[in-house]
Order: sequence, then C-alpha cells, then structure tokens
Amino acid sequence: MNTKIKETQEDIELLLPWHAAGTLSRRDAARVEQALANDNELASRYELVREELGEAIRVNESLGAPSARAMKNLFEKIDAEPARKPASTFNLGAWMTSFVGGFSTRTLAYGATAAALAIVLQAGIIAGVVVKERSGGAELASYGNTASIESGAFVLVRFNPQANAADITKFLLDNKAVVIGGPAAGMFRLRVSENQLSQEELAGVVKRMATNPVVGFTVPSAN
Amino acid sequence: MQVLFARHHVRVFRFVLRLVRDEATAEDLISEVFLDVWRQAGRFEGRAAVSTWLLAIARFKALSALRRKPDAELDEETAEAIEDTSDTPDVTLEKKEKGEVIREALNGLSAEHKEIIDLVYYHEKSVEEVAEIVGIPEATVKTRMFYARKKLAELLKAQGIERGWP
Repeated sequence: MNTKIKETQEDIELLLPWHAAGTLSRRDAARVEQALANDNELASRYELVREELGEAIRVNESLGAPSARAMKNLFEKIDAEPARKPASTFNLGAWMTSFVGGFSTRTLAYGATAAALAIVLQAGIIAGVVVKERSGGAELASYGNTASIESGAFVLVRFNPQANAADITKFLLDNKAVVIGGPAAGMFRLRVSENQLSQEELAGVVKRMATNPVVGFTVPSAN
Repeated sequence: MQVLFARHHVRVFRFVLRLVRDEATAEDLISEVFLDVWRQAGRFEGRAAVSTWLLAIARFKALSALRRKPDAELDEETAEAIEDTSDTPDVTLEKKEKGEVIREALNGLSAEHKEIIDLVYYHEKSVEEVAEIVGIPEATVKTRMFYARKKLAELLKAQGIERGWP
C-alpha cells in the first residue's frame, strides 16, 4: 500500500513542470492540484518549478528573431521549385477542422481570452473617447490611451486558464495595467506604470499581482 | 505559407538556435524547415499541432547540421560555453541576482537537457508532444525532464544557490 502511495507521489512530482506550463490534461491537472493542496513540501517544490519556468522563458525571449534573410531565402527557394498542380477541390470545412485542430486547447483558450480582452479594450477606448467628448475634454482615466506604450514599467503575465474576461478586466483595472502585447508563449505583456519603476518597485508589483487568483504566473519584463 | 512562416518562424528559430548556437546556421536551417513543410504539406495529417510538426523537422535538421560540423569547432564552442568559475560561489551570488544565475545554469545544461527544458517550459509541449518531437517514449520524457531539473539544481548549488531539492 505504502509502495503504491510512494509511486503515485513520484508520478505527481514528475508532472509538476507540465502543470506549471499548463499543458496537462484536465484529469492530471486535478490530480496535481489535489496533491499540492495536501502536501506542503510538494507545494514548495512546485514553486521551484515555477521559478525555473520563468527564467527559461526569459532565456528564450532574449534570443531575438531571425533577420529578413531567412524569409527571403525561403521564398527564393520556393520560387525555384517546380510548379505544383493545384488541388482539384478545396474543402473549406475540412481545412478549417484541420487548421483549428492544429491548435492546443490552451492556445484556443488564450486566443479566446485575447479576443475577449481586445473587445473589452476597444470598449474602453470608445467609452473613454465618448466620455471625454461629453465632458468637454476633462481628464478621465482611460485604459485605451496608447499614446506612449513604449515607455514605463512592464511585466509578463500568464493568466489562469480558468479566469474569465470579467475577472481579467477587473484585474487590469485594479492594477491600472494595460495589455500591450501577446499572447507570446502564453503570456501577455502588460504596462503597469507609465513611469519607469525601480527594480524593487517592479518586484513589489509582480509580488502583488502573483497573489491574484486570475494570474497563473508573472515576471518583470524588460522595456 | 507566409502566414505559417509569420506565425511560427521566431519560435522555430529560437529552438534551432539553442541547439546549434549559431545565428547564421539557425537562419539557414529555418528556411530549410519551412521549405520541407511547403514540399510535404500534402502529407500533414493534422494528427499533431502544426508547431509540434515544425519542431520535429527543425530538430532533425539541427542535429544533422551539428553532425556535419568538425569536432574541433564543437569543442571550441563548448569551451566558450563553460563559465569562468574563478569567483567562489558566494562571490558569484553576491555579484548577480538569483534569476541571472538560474539563466546561466540553464544555458550550462547539456544539449539534451536544454532541449527538454525549452520544449516543456517555453514551447509549452505536453508529454505526448515532446515524445513525438524527440522520438522517445513518454515515460522517458518525464524522467529526462526530472534529471534535467536535477542537473540544474546541481549547477545552482555549485553557484551557491541551495534550493533544498533534490
């Protein structure tokens, strides 16, 4: 019996990296959640996993992007290829099924969240403009202000897949944060202040945001 | 093809770059990856995510390119990747923030361990998808990830970061 429990614990521990990345099946994720709730030692090990995940993302994000040369080379090579026969038929339904089926559930969830956020943000911009016009140009807070999103202080946030658009909107309003990019690697880039913050101040913001159940994971982001 | 390239080329480039550690080579390889995709598009059956298919092709190309490299060149690159450890761990830790030390340790892992860490943490691949990309059983994926993390903990310990695990 004890051997079986030990095997289960080891199995759960092996799954922690995938749980942190949000790529487990619903059933496995529930198993891990339950184990984390009942085992403080496992929960502290999970924090180490989350720390590694954050730094692994930062390592990869720091690699930059390929130059235009790669794309130029590719399309030159494609142009040099012998012409291919066009497909005799095109089944839009099958193509859509294959295209959408190519995305993970999580990607679709983030896509839906991003779409919902875009709608909310657009509504914010429109409301901001309308209120401003009606009040004769009074300075009202509007999160649609995109005048200078290049400067300020930024964080990367991965929202919990369970969070809905209303929760995320409230989180953004409460933290006076603006979504300015993403999702990339499942993370959104938020501007949390129009002014530059010190490393300590930004760490404080990240710490505060991390306690919000809407947030799955967050790290400071370079300007 | 342009849409597919625009959507995936940065991630594929970063995956390849982490393996071959040379930007020009990585750029050449991603052109080859997407050319293969263009040629084989009819064979894609939609059983896996497109990104998984791309990463599997990219991995194969990167490893083939590494096999073509002269050993002397590889040794030189390996030597460059090894950090000068003239400072004691305490001094190293004082000089750098913890995150920086973790990032350096991640870069100091073997190619096999780096690859699995990147696939799981950055490319968000499930156990099944990693198994498909790397060509190993799912049980091996889990244990390889475990040993990669264990090695990372050892590297961090050598730099003065004791995490209490394993």
